[in-house]
Amino acid sequence: MQSLLIKNGIVVDPVTKTEVKRDIYIEAGVIRDAPPEYKTRDVKVIDVKNSVILPGLIDMHVHLREPGFEYKETVKSGMEAAIAGGFTSICCMSNTNPVNDSKSVNIFLSNKADSLNLINLFPIGAISKGLSGTSLSNMGELKESGAVALSDDGNSVEDSALMGRALLYARTFDLPVIFHSEDTKLRGKGVMNEGVISERLGVEGIPYIAEEIGTARDVMLVGYYGANAHIAHVSTAGSVDIIRRAKKDGIKITCETCPHYFTLTEDSLLMYNTNAKMNPPLRTKEDVAAIKEALADGTIDVIASDHAPHSESEKNTTLDGAPFGIIGLQTSLPLTLRLYRENKLSLSDIAALMSLNPAKILNLGNRGSLQNGFLADITIVDIQKNWRFTRDKVKSLSKNSPFIGEKFTGIPTGVIVGGNLISINQ
Amino acid sequence: MMSFNKKDFISINDLTASDIHHFIEIAKEFKKVSLKGIKKVPTLRGKTAINLFYEPSTRTRLSFEIAQKRLSADSLNIAVSQSSVIKGESLRDTILNLESMNPDVFVVRHGESGAAYFVSEVTKASVINAGDGTNEHPTQCLLDIMTVMEEKGDIKSLKVSIIGDICHSRVARSDIYGFAKLGAEICLYGPHSLLPKLIELKNVRIAESMEEALRYADVIIMLRIQKERASYHFIPSIEEYRNFFQLTPSLLSLSAKDVKILHPGPVNRDVEIAGSIIDDNKTHIFKQVENGVAIRMACLYILLSRQKN
Repeated sequence: MQSLLIKNGIVVDPVTKTEVKRDIYIEAGVIRDAPPEYKTRDVKVIDVKNSVILPGLIDMHVHLREPGFEYKETVKSGMEAAIAGGFTSICCMSNTNPVNDSKSVNIFLSNKADSLNLINLFPIGAISKGLSGTSLSNMGELKESGAVALSDDGNSVEDSALMGRALLYARTFDLPVIFHSEDTKLRGKGVMNEGVISERLGVEGIPYIAEEIGTARDVMLVGYYGANAHIAHVSTAGSVDIIRRAKKDGIKITCETCPHYFTLTEDSLLMYNTNAKMNPPLRTKEDVAAIKEALADGTIDVIASDHAPHSESEKNTTLDGAPFGIIGLQTSLPLTLRLYRENKLSLSDIAALMSLNPAKILNLGNRGSLQNGFLADITIVDIQKNWRFTRDKVKSLSKNSPFIGEKFTGIPTGVIVGGNLISINQ
Repeated sequence: MMSFNKKDFISINDLTASDIHHFIEIAKEFKKVSLKGIKKVPTLRGKTAINLFYEPSTRTRLSFEIAQKRLSADSLNIAVSQSSVIKGESLRDTILNLESMNPDVFVVRHGESGAAYFVSEVTKASVINAGDGTNEHPTQCLLDIMTVMEEKGDIKSLKVSIIGDICHSRVARSDIYGFAKLGAEICLYGPHSLLPKLIELKNVRIAESMEEALRYADVIIMLRIQKERASYHFIPSIEEYRNFFQLTPSLLSLSAKDVKILHPGPVNRDVEIAGSIIDDNKTHIFKQVENGVAIRMACLYILLSRQKN
């Protein structure tokens, strides 16, 4: 493999919390301090002309729809969207068909990823067999065959005894557990946040306490049983408070939010927009403010997309009839860069939220930093470029995004995965 | 000579360290009886023992019965399935009725923790706990200690690894207390869902991995995994248990060559322990069973011949 020298980048490192103009030298897929004689070697030089260099972005919450729902997304199309969004690693959730609750699905996914040879794919196995919520999956087998975490995402595990035992059993294998925190019965048939707008539209609402009761329960389970645990898609001010207090009390827990929760409110559903329907639902502007605050103060550890592709025909219907979820891989970084422009987050905060922290939470090896010895997974970003996210730019098989037509400043222009450069969005 | 003067033997914690040594010394003497041509001594002639087993048991029930017969006690077995218990008689009433027949000792096996203690409060006769729920199995602990002593001499500073379903195991609980009392260092391993949450003893710790627990050990006590644990979600499945928590010959090679392997039985072959390890005579399972009779003879003898105030 040819060595690479990336010249003239603003190198953002979340470990040292620095943004420094320097070169990065890559040898055999690993970031190295450039040896004095490197110029005499066969080195490919890339001048990134003051672009921002981030440790390769990791999206720890992606729904690839393969196997089972290839009309929505495949491993290939999902990876292509991820690359366009600046990601070098993605973690795929278990709710495929068959469910990823055994080594056969893990093996299928890793074979697929190997043959595509695009970016890193880290599968997340199911907590319960068939996502049934009634019996544990073979977690040791899942770990051995490549799962980096466990989650029944999409469903909460309602049975607290089962969830408690899942935490304990998963701990035996050092497998992090990712909660979809929700009181399912309280969500009921709700389609959007319960509030003024749901009232006006005459649709059934989802009370914010459905999420907060789930969050409180899960935090208490972790406090009692101990485990590596992470809460997915935090969307309310109340959930943030619960997690902030838990962390203050010394409970070892991490959490993520998604860009739509710090960008949009329930107002987006005023015209029954099914591409703004997701679970948890878009909340109020107070919640948006609380999420931003929690990102800034470190209560929220990760920004993940919860990329959830659904086909045109599935979404092109009533609010009641449409499935939950939006795609997000290509808009995750651009939306997050808005928080940088609002002075809510620094570039090294973003590198932590989108790379270092997911790498640490999921034990993804030497990823998440640009220091000597880390794997050469790198995202190159032109943070000045103005562009518009148009439908033809969508790499996913599904186009269910509320951000189509949106203007952004800042776009990834290249990713390096294990030392291999892929140019994008040129 | 004898310091032990309690009516009952309910918990291994009823015994001091020197009591344990004393019980085992007596057991060594009685072990000789079982090796004679005429395997009987008149020690407990005229005494009546009732074996009250509310749970199925082969080994323990037979072990007590043989012990009683070799000591010439009259021994009676009540299989609960054929008794008035199934007609709805309470445990207390059962004991009061049997008490009227003047037995000298009840040997009680019950599915509920504290049952043997409850019986001991109801009756004036001695009570030996032959296993109560998930609480204790003190005679098993004594026979385990006796077996290890025969192999290793002193228990003090021995490293004992107990592996498997610790939190539901009465054997594990009695062994932990018993071996710890004699100064052993104890290491526990199993799925976290089957490990105790709170251990108060300072010389007991939890291993990070099976490998660590095995490398560490002078003595390995493998515990039986009950199939119903999977139905109650403590483990995902028996296959998974087999794959990650079974003592296999290759894992065993991590341990010292002279490591002693115990298992209280009944064994689930190729689940918690590879059948080949048993077949290759690498365990002390059968020695445990042999010592079980001697220990139970000692317990019966000590309780029934104590000085009555």
